[in-house]
Formats: sequence, C-alpha cells, structure tokens
Amino acid sequence: MSNVSLTSAIPMLLKAVPRSRNFEAVLLFWVAGIHAFALAQIQLAVNQEMSIDLMGYWAPPTIAAWILHYVLRKHALNADGLLLPLGFLLNGLGIAMIYRLDLAEITNGSTQLFAERQVWLSCFAMLIAAAIVRLVPNPLVLRRFPFLAGAAAVVLLVLPAAPVIGRTINGATLWIGVGDLSFQPGEIAKILLAIFFAGYLVSRKGPLSEIGLRVLGMRIPSAKDLGPILLFWVASIGVLVLQRDLGTSILYFGLFLVMIYTATGRGFYVGIGMVMMVTGALVASRLFGYVAARFDSWLDPFSQENYSAVGGSYQLVQGLFGMAHGDVIGAGLGSGFPQLIPLAESDFIFAALGEELGMAGVFAILATYLLIVYRGLRISNTNTDEFSKLLAMGLSFVIGLQVFVVAGGVMGLMPLTGLTTPFLAAGGSSLLANWAIIALLLVLSDSSLRRKAA
Amino acid sequence: MNRQVRRVGLFLTVMFIALFAMASSIQVLRTQTLYQDSRNVRAAYETYKTQRGSILVGQEEVVTSNPINDQYRFLRNYDSVLYSSVIGYFSVFTGSSGIERAMNSLLAGQSSAQFFEQINALLDGTPVTGAAIELSLDATIQKAAWDALGSRKGAVIAMEPDTGRIIAMVSKPGFDANLLAGHENQAVTDAYRDLLDDPESPLVNRAIGGDLYHPGSVFKLVVAAAALESGRYSTSTTFENLDSYRLPGTTTFIQNSNNSTCGDGPLVKLETALIRSCNIPFAMLAVDLGQDRIRAQAELMGFGDELAIPLTVTPSVYPQDMELSQVALTGFGQFDVRASPLQIAMSTAAIANQGVLMKPRLVDQVVASNLNVLSQPEPQVLSSPMSRETAAILTRMMVDSVEFGAATSAGISQVAVAGKTGTAENGTDEPFTLWFTGFAPAGSPEIVVTVVVEDGGGIGQNGTGNQIAAPIAKAVIQAVLAR
Repeated sequence: MSNVSLTSAIPMLLKAVPRSRNFEAVLLFWVAGIHAFALAQIQLAVNQEMSIDLMGYWAPPTIAAWILHYVLRKHALNADGLLLPLGFLLNGLGIAMIYRLDLAEITNGSTQLFAERQVWLSCFAMLIAAAIVRLVPNPLVLRRFPFLAGAAAVVLLVLPAAPVIGRTINGATLWIGVGDLSFQPGEIAKILLAIFFAGYLVSRKGPLSEIGLRVLGMRIPSAKDLGPILLFWVASIGVLVLQRDLGTSILYFGLFLVMIYTATGRGFYVGIGMVMMVTGALVASRLFGYVAARFDSWLDPFSQENYSAVGGSYQLVQGLFGMAHGDVIGAGLGSGFPQLIPLAESDFIFAALGEELGMAGVFAILATYLLIVYRGLRISNTNTDEFSKLLAMGLSFVIGLQVFVVAGGVMGLMPLTGLTTPFLAAGGSSLLANWAIIALLLVLSDSSLRRKAA
Repeated sequence: MNRQVRRVGLFLTVMFIALFAMASSIQVLRTQTLYQDSRNVRAAYETYKTQRGSILVGQEEVVTSNPINDQYRFLRNYDSVLYSSVIGYFSVFTGSSGIERAMNSLLAGQSSAQFFEQINALLDGTPVTGAAIELSLDATIQKAAWDALGSRKGAVIAMEPDTGRIIAMVSKPGFDANLLAGHENQAVTDAYRDLLDDPESPLVNRAIGGDLYHPGSVFKLVVAAAALESGRYSTSTTFENLDSYRLPGTTTFIQNSNNSTCGDGPLVKLETALIRSCNIPFAMLAVDLGQDRIRAQAELMGFGDELAIPLTVTPSVYPQDMELSQVALTGFGQFDVRASPLQIAMSTAAIANQGVLMKPRLVDQVVASNLNVLSQPEPQVLSSPMSRETAAILTRMMVDSVEFGAATSAGISQVAVAGKTGTAENGTDEPFTLWFTGFAPAGSPEIVVTVVVEDGGGIGQNGTGNQIAAPIAKAVIQAVLAR
C-alpha cells in the first residue's frame, strides 16, 4: 500500500462496493427510512404532532425510486448500485427541507408553497431517468449526433435571452417561461454540451494533442487547434453577458476545459483556460454592474453598505448567520430559522440545511456529492470506449463543479451565482437534468461492465 | 486517459476540501462572531421559542405565557395592572422592564442554573421552559395599597423589617403590560410610544427609580439617628426655640411649617422637634453635626447604593461639598437631598428592626420547570446603621409623633403605630411631595409602610403628609394586621 498515491487510492477505495441490484435495494430501504424520519422530525418540531400529510411527501418519491430500481433490474442489471440511492438521499432531503420551509411559511400566513410541487417534479424526473435507462441501452447511440447535441445546447443557452419567453429572475437571465411554467434550459444544456464535447473530442483528439511550436520549453498548439478553445471562451463570456450569470459561464467553460484536457492529456489547455476564465471574470466585473455588485458583496459581505444595498449581501449574510446558528450538530430539523434566509428553498437550501443539520449535516451532504462524483469518475475509468469515458467524466465533473460553485457561493468562498444545488433545490429543470445525468451514468456503468464481462 | 480522469478526481477532491474547510470555519470558528452580529435576529427568536416562565404572587400565576399559533409561539399574558410596576413588561419589539428584565435569563430558561435542564432537553427532546418566579408580594396587601393610593400619583411600599421581604409595591399610574406583549409590531410600537410620551410616566416605577424625591421631613429620621449615634446628643438636648432662622452666611430666613416657634418656651428639645417635625431645630442640628456625619449615617442606611432587589434601585443622594446654609437645609430633607421611597422604607426598617437593616427583596423563590428550586434567597443583613438603643429611642419618638405629634392621621386604636410624615417643597410654586413612613406594631414590628404622593395629592401646596399620605399608610397597616 505504501506506493499507492492519493489519485490511485480513490478508485481503489471504491472498488469494494458491490454493484448488485440487491445492494441498491437495501440502500433504498435505508434512505427511505431516513426521509421518513426527517419528515416526522420536522412535523414534530414545527407542529408538535405528526400527521398523515407526511405520506404525501414521502411515498411518491419513494415509489418513483423503486420504479427506477425495477427498470434497472430489467434493463441495466449490472449498473452502479450507489448512484440511485445517493441521488435519492439528496432528493428526499431537499423535499424535507422545502416542506419544513413551507410549514414556516404557513405559520407566517404565506401561501407560496413549494414542497408538493417538488414531490411531483422529483417523481417526474426519476421516471424520466427510468425512461432514459430503458431507451438508451447503449450510450454509443449518443455519439452519432454530436453536432446536433451541440446545436441544441446553443439554442437552449440563448433561449433565455430571447424576447417574450425569456425571463430574468434575481438579475440572472437563466429562465424561459410561459405563464406559470418556467424552465432553466441551461440545466439541460450542460448534458447536451457534455455529449457534444465527448463526441467532438474523440474524433479530434489527434490534432488537438499534436505538438505545436515550442516556446520557452512550453508546447504551444497551432492556431488551428487554439481555435476551438478561443471560440468557446468567447461563447462563455457571451453567456456571462447575455445571462448575467458568472456561475453558468464557469460551469460550461470548466466542463469544456476538463474534457479537452482529459481527451488530449495536455495540461496546457487547463492552464491557459483558467487564466482566460479569471481574466474574463475580472474584466466582466469591471464592465458590468451586476457582476461588480456580486464581487463587492463577496469581498465584504458584512459592510452595512453592501448589506443594505438592493441585490447586495443581505441574503449571503443571512445564510451565514443561519449556518453559524447550526453550529456543529445543527439546530435540528424544524428547530432553526431557515425561513429568515431569502430563497432558502432554492438558491440557499444549502445554508438552510447547514442551519438545521449543522456542520455534521453539511459534511454528510458534501460527502454524498463527492461519492456520486467518485462513482462517476470510476465509471469513466472502467469504461474502455473513449466516448463513454469522456462522457462519464464530463457528467460527473459537471455535478462536482456545480456543487462547488453553489456551496462556495453560499459560504462566501466565491461570488454568488445563479446555479442550483443539484437534487436539493426546489425547481424542476435542475431535478430533471441531474436525474438524467444519473441515468446516463447508470447506463454507462452497465455497458462498461458488460464489455468487461464479454 | 485514465491518468487524466484520476487527476480530475484529485482536482475535485481539492475543491471539496475547500468546501469542508469553509463549512468548518463558519460553523465552528466563526459561530460566536456571527451569532452576536446585531443584524442576526436568531438570538432574539431563540428566546421566543421557549415557553417563558410564569410569575406568581402567593400561589397564583399573575403572568403566564400561553401557546399561540404564530412565529413567536407564546403570548405573554398579564392578569392584573396591580403588579405592572414591579413585573414590568416583556415585549418582542420594545424590550422589557421590571422583573421581566431583571430575571430574564431564568424566565427564558437560559441561565447557567438551568444548564442541566438544557442538556436534558437536548437529549430527550422535551422543550426547555423558563423558570417560574414567586414574588414576595402579598396579593391582599398589594390590593389594599393600590386602592388606598386611589387616583393619586405616587408610590406605596410595604416591607417586613425583619426579613426585607417586600409584600407590597405600588407605583401609580400603572399600565397594561398586555399592550406591549402583543405580536403586532405597529400596535405595540404605537402603544409604547404613547406610554413613553404620557406626562404621567406610567412606565416609571416610582417606588425605586425615576427622578427620586425630596424626602423633606422624613429625612429627619436620618439626621436624628446621626445625632444620637454621635453620642453628643440625647432626646433632651435642647436648641434655641426660634420662629425664624437665618441660614448661615446668607440673608435667607427659614421658618417652621407652622410659621411659629416649635412649641412654647425659649428652648426646644430634640424629642419635641422630631415629634412636631420642626425645621429650625433640625437645621441647627445639621449645621452642628456637619455634613460628613449626616452623609455617613445616610450611607449606612443605603444612600448612594445601587441595590438590585432584583430590580435596579436608583441610588438616593445626599449631596457633597455643601455650604453651611445648604447643610442646614438638608437637616429637614431639602436642598439637593433626593431619595427613593424604597430608601425611606429602608431607613425606617432599620429603626423597626432594632438597628439592623435587612436587604430588601421581591423574590421568594425561583422554581425550574421540573419543580427543582433554583434559588430561595435567605434574609440577608445589609448593614447595622445604628445601635439598638438609638433604634428604640427613635421608635418611641415616632410613636409619640403618631399619638400626639405631626403624624396623627396614621393612628390606629389599640395599636402602637410609629410614624413620621414629610411635606417636601419642590420650588416656590410647585406642589408639595407628601410623605409618610412608619411601622406597626411598634413593640414587635410586622410591617414597614412608606407612602409618597406626588403633586401635593392634587391640592398643590395645601396638603400635608399627615393629611394625605398618613391615611394611605394606615389603610395598608390595617390590612396587614387584619391578615
């Protein structure tokens, strides 16, 4: 063991986990139990009594998870056994917290409730995941249409800026909507982008990794090869300008960099890409007021000026107050004041959970995400097909990066952005996209095994 | 390609380690700073979540917190206006006062004495509830004092001289604390504003604080005690019996309240001067004794002390560095001598309790929600401001004062009442402050009663302490003796 490096230890550590569906079933039972316990604790803490309403928030997602489990048994028997229970754990925890915030809203006489909607959106997202597992038995079909996926992604990205259906919420233009229905197309776009990058990079891998000029001992690719990265950098900055959201911009550009690095093995791309990203962000923070305000709030959230400014650091500071109140073990579900944090059910659900579950809960949630990411990277590792490898890597990275950007924003590690907390936050597009990622990873893990067995 | 994937994994791991570190920093290292930020309302909300303890008078709960279905969870209910000055108010929006403020941490269940209860609550989930406070007040006597004071502005205190237990404390006008306990911000803020702006200052507990009063002639007890304790005077020490006295070093003359001499004859005994409450002999006595000796006696009796009973008592004042003319005026409690009614009650109690002053207190015991007694104050000696003999001599003179002197309106047949009146001036055209302080029965005192009535009891400069304050005290004494 002494010569095992940290990088190789991570996949080794996780190798021991069985992949059988029976193991998954046991975990699902356990997770459903955690959800029931959380909901019951919330009812007891807020209303001092339990009611049958609990079933309405517990049973439908549980049934949906079991349907997904059943479909996996039928169509992807050897798929990874941890991804579904982990995603389900977070999803149910999110529902519980949203329900808890609803109860606080009811006490305050508000009628703006989210939990019931979240229950049905979760079910819908899990059933869509089941459908993906059923309809995409071989992920290689996705490789056939990289440019179609890429074009679709671009359309989805531009859509929020379109007239009539485009919507700006809290300063970020990330939504499209008709009437009461709204949708964040960027969430779906990230999957399509991963598919596009994987397909494109596999075919262009050779030229992109060829040795170009040598300057000062560094290998510089030719202008032809620099083309795509420059193009995509411009596109990311375009997203930042159009959608007024740093998070989305970071997410897409980060995904692109990591995938091009993985495909080519050239650290150069990551290096120059990060420099370009930081430069772009800094320039944008100078040029655009909305980005500058976010930066100010991030750099000095506690100054009264930033605190009381419209769109200032009020929300961030309230979130920090909440998390601090949670301390190490948390106020207990239903016993804190997460309702004091604006948008606690969506953008700041991480802070709300931090208040009631404490640092212990925050660690557990972060560890759950990390576990999902590790499983995804392991699926990438065990796949022999390069397209599948790249896709699994991209999809797991996008979850990890998104968690980092959101949780980092809420905790003041970086400026706040408009990204959603995967599986936890109220909102259908986010649930749908993340369950679709889980479904694709499940399919990829099944095919990776089948190929090995064959 | 696997090498790259592993490196990406390492990169993500590092990013997550940053998140773990940030969470630890916020939730462990910075909790205190963030919790204490004035913009963080959680600390305040935390106190609303626990059911605040009740406040009891006798065995009866006069203040309770009752469950209500809103974000504050419990609504504080005050049964009676009788106790408003002692108990005060507890408001979500405008702070707190009285017992509600002085004993807040116990009532809120957050004192260190309730540590084990808090631990239990954490372990078995039973919510912490605040401790109940049992006041020393006696409902019957409180009611008698409230009724006796009637519609006048002022205060009444009844205290057991041998224990320091305060069994009645009234300050008028009172206020309805329920107005401030509500959960509607605007209504509460408006009510609070009205109470603050009210010229009658209902929020001030006149018995222990506010602007204090000129004690007038009730201060003669302190001066007489200082004289007797000095060893240079006895009850039969005599003074020149004048009908007018020129203040030393000035051209100002003062008179006795009857604008004449203090009884007949060329000389007047100290005894007579106290019984008849004559100003001139006391002015001469004060000049003769000197301000330091009087101040020392006053301080032994509690002047200058900031007591917590547990309500904070405004320290009474005997001025420093006076001219002789001013010292003369302090001999009968004028110039800048200022005292709270409680201070006067304490001076009287020292006399009643054979020279030993007990610490005044309002709380009998504090009972946790699990019925554990958290505290049960024992009678505590505050000081011994005079000898037993001095106390006995003062008592006899005060009894005579009620029997045939200046305090006859406090007389009760078959009971020896000891008393001293005061009619303090507040300025040329200002109404008098009317006082009575005394105790009964003089032989074995059960109760000390001090009464102050502001604004001359409504009749300007025509009322006297004997006319208006003494009957109020009499009613309270009778109520105590009738128990």
